[in-house]
This record gives sequence, C-alpha cells and structure tokens, in this order.
Amino acid sequence: MEAFTAVGHRIPKLDAVEKATGRARYIQDIKLPGMLYGKILYSKYPHARIVHIDTAKARRLPGVKAVLTGDRIPKIRFGFYKDNVPLKTGKVRSRRDEVVAVAATDPDIAQEALDLIEVHYEALPAVFDPEEAMQEDAPLVHEEHKTNVLKLPWKLHYGDVEEARKRARHVVKERFRVTWVTHCCLGTSGVIAEFDQSNNLTVYRNTQIPSLAQKDFMDALRAMGLGDRRVRIIKPYIGGAFGSKLDTYAFEYIAILLAYETRRPVCILFDRKEEFFATSTRQPAIIDIAQGCDAEGRLLFRDVSMILDNGAYTSWGATTPSVMMMPISSLYRVPNVRYHARCVYTNNTWSQAMRGYGNPQATFAIESSMDMLAEEAGIDPVEFRLINVNQPGEVTPQGFRITTCGLRECIEEVKRRLDWDGPKGLGEGVGIASLIHVGGGARVYKSDGCGTLLKMDDYGRVEVFTGATDMGQGADTVIAQVVAEELGLRVEDVRVIHQDTDVCPWDVGAHASRTTFVACNSALGAARRIKERLLDLASRELAESPEALILRDREVRSRRDPEKRMEIGKLLRKAHFRLKGQMLMADYFYDPANENLDREFKGNLSMTYTFGAHGVRVKVDEETGKVRILKYVAAHDVGRAINPMLLEGQVYGGALMGVGYTLTEQLIVDKGEVMNPNFRDYKVPTAKDAVAVETAIIETVDRDGPYGAKGIGEPGCVPTAPAIANAVYDATGVRIRELPLTLERVLMAIREKGAPNPVTPQPEGR
Amino acid sequence: MARTISFLLNGEAVEVRVEDHWSLLHLLREELGLTGTKEGCGSGECGACTVLVDGKAINSCLYLAVEADGREVLTIEGLAAPDGTLHPIQQAFIDHGAIQCGYCTPGMILAAKALLDENPDPTEEEIRHGLSGNLCRCTGYLQIFEAVRAASASVRKEGIRVLSGERGR
Ligand code: FES
Ligand code: FES
Repeated sequence: MEAFTAVGHRIPKLDAVEKATGRARYIQDIKLPGMLYGKILYSKYPHARIVHIDTAKARRLPGVKAVLTGDRIPKIRFGFYKDNVPLKTGKVRSRRDEVVAVAATDPDIAQEALDLIEVHYEALPAVFDPEEAMQEDAPLVHEEHKTNVLKLPWKLHYGDVEEARKRARHVVKERFRVTWVTHCCLGTSGVIAEFDQSNNLTVYRNTQIPSLAQKDFMDALRAMGLGDRRVRIIKPYIGGAFGSKLDTYAFEYIAILLAYETRRPVCILFDRKEEFFATSTRQPAIIDIAQGCDAEGRLLFRDVSMILDNGAYTSWGATTPSVMMMPISSLYRVPNVRYHARCVYTNNTWSQAMRGYGNPQATFAIESSMDMLAEEAGIDPVEFRLINVNQPGEVTPQGFRITTCGLRECIEEVKRRLDWDGPKGLGEGVGIASLIHVGGGARVYKSDGCGTLLKMDDYGRVEVFTGATDMGQGADTVIAQVVAEELGLRVEDVRVIHQDTDVCPWDVGAHASRTTFVACNSALGAARRIKERLLDLASRELAESPEALILRDREVRSRRDPEKRMEIGKLLRKAHFRLKGQMLMADYFYDPANENLDREFKGNLSMTYTFGAHGVRVKVDEETGKVRILKYVAAHDVGRAINPMLLEGQVYGGALMGVGYTLTEQLIVDKGEVMNPNFRDYKVPTAKDAVAVETAIIETVDRDGPYGAKGIGEPGCVPTAPAIANAVYDATGVRIRELPLTLERVLMAIREKGAPNPVTPQPEGR
Repeated sequence: MARTISFLLNGEAVEVRVEDHWSLLHLLREELGLTGTKEGCGSGECGACTVLVDGKAINSCLYLAVEADGREVLTIEGLAAPDGTLHPIQQAFIDHGAIQCGYCTPGMILAAKALLDENPDPTEEEIRHGLSGNLCRCTGYLQIFEAVRAASASVRKEGIRVLSGERGR
C-alpha cells in the first residue's frame, strides 16, 4: 500500500491562520445592527421565597428596552430533568438562580438597571450536604418532587458480588471524594438571539450541540406560541468548550425572550465571574468502593456506591453515572460488578458535562483502589494491572464488545519509559493508572449520527458541510484530511463548513470523544460516493477500468499505464461543461451500529473503546506538602493518529487539565456561594505549571474507525488524578482520598501518618 | 471626562476621543473595532488582552486608554506584514499546533513577541516565565513553548531584528 498523503501527517489546524492574526470572530466579537445587551440579576440567597420584585425604577432608566421577570414569560422548561425555567417564580433554589433580566442599549445601562431592581426575599432553610439532603426532615429543594433524591435508575449488578466477596482472598474498601471544578474556557459563554419579521429565530451561540440546541429552542418557541417557526443556529469560533456547552441554559432562553419582547437582537455575554458561578461544573461525588481479588491477583468483584450532589437543578451532571459505569464495569476484567448512584438535590450549584463525563471521578476511585488492592495482595501495581488487563475480543460484563485493545502495550510502555523498577531519589515515587473510554461514538441519544454534504467545484476543490462541531480540538482539520486522502487531493483543497444549521446536516453533538470517529466516517461515506463517480467519469475519459484507477496528487491515474492520467479539475470541467452536464455532490449520514444501553445498562455503547495508561514520577516535599511532577508519560491506544500533532495537543491539554483537577483546582462553595470566582483564587495551571508530558501513541488500527482511528478528546484527563495520587502514596505512604491534593491536604496527611485511619462508611447492602 | 489622545496604533497615527475610565481594551475592541485583542477576565488575570505598548506586554483590560497618549501600541492585527506575510511567531504557532480554540492566541503571541524582543534566545525556564501571565486552557502549553523556541531560532537565523512597535517583520 502506498503511503498516505494526508492522513497521519502533522497538518496545522485549518483555522490557525485566522486565529493567529486575530481575525477569527468569537461570540464576543459579533455586533449586529441595533443589538441590545442583556443582563441577568441572580439570587442573593441559596434558598428563599421571592416575596416581591420591584422593577419600576429600572424600567424608567433611559436606554432600558425590556425588563423580564418569571411571571411575565411563557412556561419554558429545560434541562435533562425539565426542572429548570429561564426566570424563577415563587422561590429561588440556588445562588445562581436567574430572577430578573433586562435588555438595554448599552451594557453599562443594563448593569445600572439591575442595580435599580429591588427583590424582597424571605430566606428558607437550605441544605448543602447531599447526605443531609437525603434525610427525612431535610428542606425540600423542589417541593413537588417530594424528596431530594432524584428518581434516576443508576443501579446495576452483574454476576454476584456477595458471593465473590466471600471467595476473595484480598479485599479493600475505601471512600473517595471529588469536588466541583469548572471548565474555565478562556472565551466565556455568550449568545445573540434575533427574530426576523416572521418570527423565525436565529441564535448565535458558542455551542457544542447545534442540532440539539435547535430542537430545544424550537420547543421554547412552541411554548411562546410560535411552534411553526424556524430556528437557525450559527456557531462563531468557540473559545473552548470541554463539555460546558453541551446543554442549553437559562441565559440562552432569556436572550430569546428579550429579543422577542424588544424585536431587536439581544446579546448576553458572561463576564468571568458569571462564568465561574453561573455555568455548570464537573459533577462532585462521594464514592464508596470495594474490590477483591483471588490469591493470584485476579479481580473477583468491584462494588461501588456513589452519592452525587446534584445541586438545585438538573443538567447532564446527573447522567454522569451512565458513563461512570463504563470504567466501573469494564476497566480491567472484573466478573462481578455492582454499582449504585444516587443524585441528590441541594441548594448548591449544579453540574454538567466536563471532559471525560464522570470517567475521571470514577477512575480516581477505581485506580486508587487498584493500588490499595495490589498492596494488600503483595503484587506490584503494574503487574497487578497486567494480570487483569483488558484484551481484544473480550465482552465486558456491561456488554461492551472490545475490538482492538492496546491497554497492555500502554501499561508496558509507561513502565519502560518511567523506569518503574529503577532507583528513586528521596521523596520520590511512581504511580500508574489506566483508562477505558468510548472511542467509537456513544449511543446516549436515540441517534449517534452525523451527516455530511459534499460538493466539488470545477477545479478539484471540495466543500464539506458537516454536522460536526470544531471547538478548537481540530475536527475541521481531521475531516479535511480524510476527505483529501480519499479523493487524492491536498488538505488545502478541502474546506470544512460546520458553523450553520441552515447549511450543515444534523449531528448529535461534540461529546464522548466521538467527533473524529463519527464525523470522519460520515465524511468518508460522502467522499466515497464522489470517488466512485470520479472514477466512473475517468474510466470513460481514459478508457481504463475504474478498478485500475486511483486518485492521488490531484490526479486520476491508471495503476498499469502511467500515460493514462488526468487532472481531477479537468475531469470535473469535462463532466460539467457539456450537454447534460453534471457536477459532483454527495450526501451521507453515518450512524454507527452501536447500541443504547438497555434496562440493565447493558449494550455495546460504542463501536470501539479507547485505552490508555498514564504514569508519573513525583517528588513530594514533606515539609510543604508540595507535589512536584518530575516525569509524566501518557500512553494511548488511539487506533490511528490521523494527525499526530493535533492528537498530541489533545493529550497535552487533557493531561494538564487533569493535573489541575488533581493538584490545584476547586470551586470553593460555601453555603451555596462560589467564593473564588476568579483566576486569582481558582488555580488553573499556568505556563509555569505546565507538565512536560511525554506521549506514547499506540496504533491498533481499529476496523471500524476512519482509517482505523478512535476518539482521543477526553482520555487525556481521565487517569491523571489516580496516577498522581498513587505516586504520592509510593513516595510518602500517604493515601489521599480526596481531590484536589492541595499542599495543606498532603501536608496534613503526612503529619497524620501513623495515626489510625478514620472509619469510613461502607457501600450499603442492597 | 473625555479627552483626545493620539498614538501610533500598528504603525499608523490615530487621534481619538476617549473617556477617562475607558480601558485600552475597550478603546481597541469597542471603539476602534479591533476585536483581535480578547477579553478573558477583565481583571488582569488571564493575559488574553495582552498588547504591546512601547514594546512592553501589558494587560490592556487594566491599562487606561488615556495612558496610551503619545505611545506606540501594537495589537495582533498589526503583527503580520501588510502583504499578509505572517510574523515568524505567528507562523511558528500555526506550524507547531500551538493554537486550539485560539482565544488565548493573540495575547500569547504578543507576550511571546515581547519576550523574544528582549531575549532572542530564551531558555525553557525563561519562556515559561515570560508566558506565565497568559492562561491557555486548551493546549497544555507544550506546543506553545515549542513554537516560541522555533520562532526564536528563525528570528535569529534570519537575522531579523524584531523591533517593538515595528510593523510586521
Ligand atoms: S482580560 Fe485582561 S488579563 Fe484577562
Ligand atoms: S488555545 Fe484555547 S485557550 Fe489557548
């Protein structure tokens, strides 16, 4: 086989020039004629009755064009549990509750108007601890719901955990805690909503889910009595997403309502403080885990029980257990698995998808526990993992059909590069953790599909209209690469258009590391249709059978006769400019043959699964508690690296986000209030903190992947925390059970070393 | 209070009326339509708004517009040559995968320029230090460091003296 000309090459991101020159337009950079600026007044209390709202002064302020309160808007309900409304009526349930919204000709006037609004509250008893919220007499966050525990089905049991527990030679159990962290996209959230004269709606929004947002907004229009109107979503450049833009939020509906009220475009942009307290976080959790193995170190069971602080409303955070199940049931071979998660309303902020979607939380507990069990069994942590490693061809208890699997290779690579058995300096330790993630889409919605429209011009150039979303990860570029490869073109001959639902086909959204796999397969499907027609045209022009023809270097040429060749552009012109001429266009909708999970949460969720292992060498300063990362190896089974440079960028960025999650980042939430809504007090890793991650790319070439590729957007941040925590244990003998591993926490644990462990509650029997 | 200031913006003289409380960022983005300079926090904590004033990298969100009076301001829009040729730092960022979402990029590139103008051959430590005021959430910084090293090499090799405030190369 000839070498690839586009796939596998380190091709710069297609939009990098626009971005490097400041020309790329983000939501912050768009101004429509006549545009108004919307602002939102949030609750002053975590839980309170709204007694009275006085907006008279605000309405009189010159420049104010609309003031909206919850009682003046149609009934729009949104969110996964449909428990949220754009502006609250009756009571507020969290500090981020939206109470009043204004639109004005200028952002300063809008702000001034907010300051003139008086809201009288009557404070209600609030609950901030999910375990307290589960008690009988706890204040109810949603009275109509009768209990604070959400009615969600997160419960599975495969095999017989109790029986396996009896057989187990070694058993460990522990409680782990993970807290709120947030995406910290450099570009904050924003939206512009505009109605045309006939009440068709256009929404400019940095979203990861153009098609689903379109549907959400159509539902909103229905509630507004505009059910038959159209919705168009335009995505400007997105200044980072990481899951934060996977849902629709109150501020978007508010912009729509204000635009409808004023008949003018309305823009709402979050400032950094709002971005910190009014966008949704990673899902916090209290995790009880028990695992056992036999005398040879073979895992016999895994028993996990979780309590998730749902906060006041429900977005995708409440569904993270559906992904936590994946590592719980399927990371390493474990025959007996039980899992139960309860999501509990509190008066705290509420969570959303964030890179890894629950997987980093679950993997922190599993992989920390794996090290504890290895120690209990007297087996080296790497050996212990290799004894239990996943293998190609296996079907996991959850029904995942593992096709390719490079986990063994990843673990061995980490061991080698980290010099696992080599000497360690004073205060040094090594740690490892693995990961499994969906790598071939994830059928979490009724469709996991992505559409592509493809058209060729008269010069051998192609436009690809894709449903996919590029938010910086490089979807545009890898799609161009596979299309160029398939059609024998150069990447610069391909333009990828993904910004507008009026011209781009449907896609379920940029989540689950699915875009490379699903959108590239979709683009390939369309490209193959074009290719077939190109070869057919060429075979007539060149008097050669289509099978003997190939597309390469902008030419169609015969494999057997080098004289038979023609420039693709010329071929296209010959087909076009003649009687009954034709131009080449194609469509394709790729919906992977993966399965929705059934009632027992079984099913082959993804076409393929991606694996990886991270290893770190740390040095812990026992005086200060500081954890210094000396070496970091990230080994990933990626199927195939369509673009190694962009792929490394995903791993570097993911790993550093994981390092932040592990060592420094936490939203400090006190009585429902975010106390550190700024970059001074919320510690995102800076250039000084950047870890020199070494990547090891393992190519297993998956049979279903586009050119064999699997997804790699999320995996980079999945095993970081347990790898570091395990290394800290190796260095100090101290097991940290709660993230982040701040200086104080590590230091405290080192000081307490030797003191008996506090009694930890065990997973409840079911 | 409003007053008129004049300064050199990307090599061209501008005269503009500004309010006393306006930040340079506001002047550039909202009044002059130069939206290449980004706002990430508005309070000096992220570096997205970095521009060069008399060759020094400053956070334009904290810098009062009136202070620019009589000075030279370089924004991302003024970095490439008028014929479109990219500055070596821009090219290096593109070639080395240093740009993902791109929101940090204009500020990052200008911070890198200030660094290389002062220290054409920085060590890794110096690069990290020079960029420590510019947050990037996407890249993990490593490819940014690579880009700065590459730009430093090409600047030195081509003997280009990258003068502050100078237009393009
Ligand atoms: S916007 Fe100026 S430092 Fe963040
Ligand atoms: S590229 Fe997204 S913040 Fe740097």
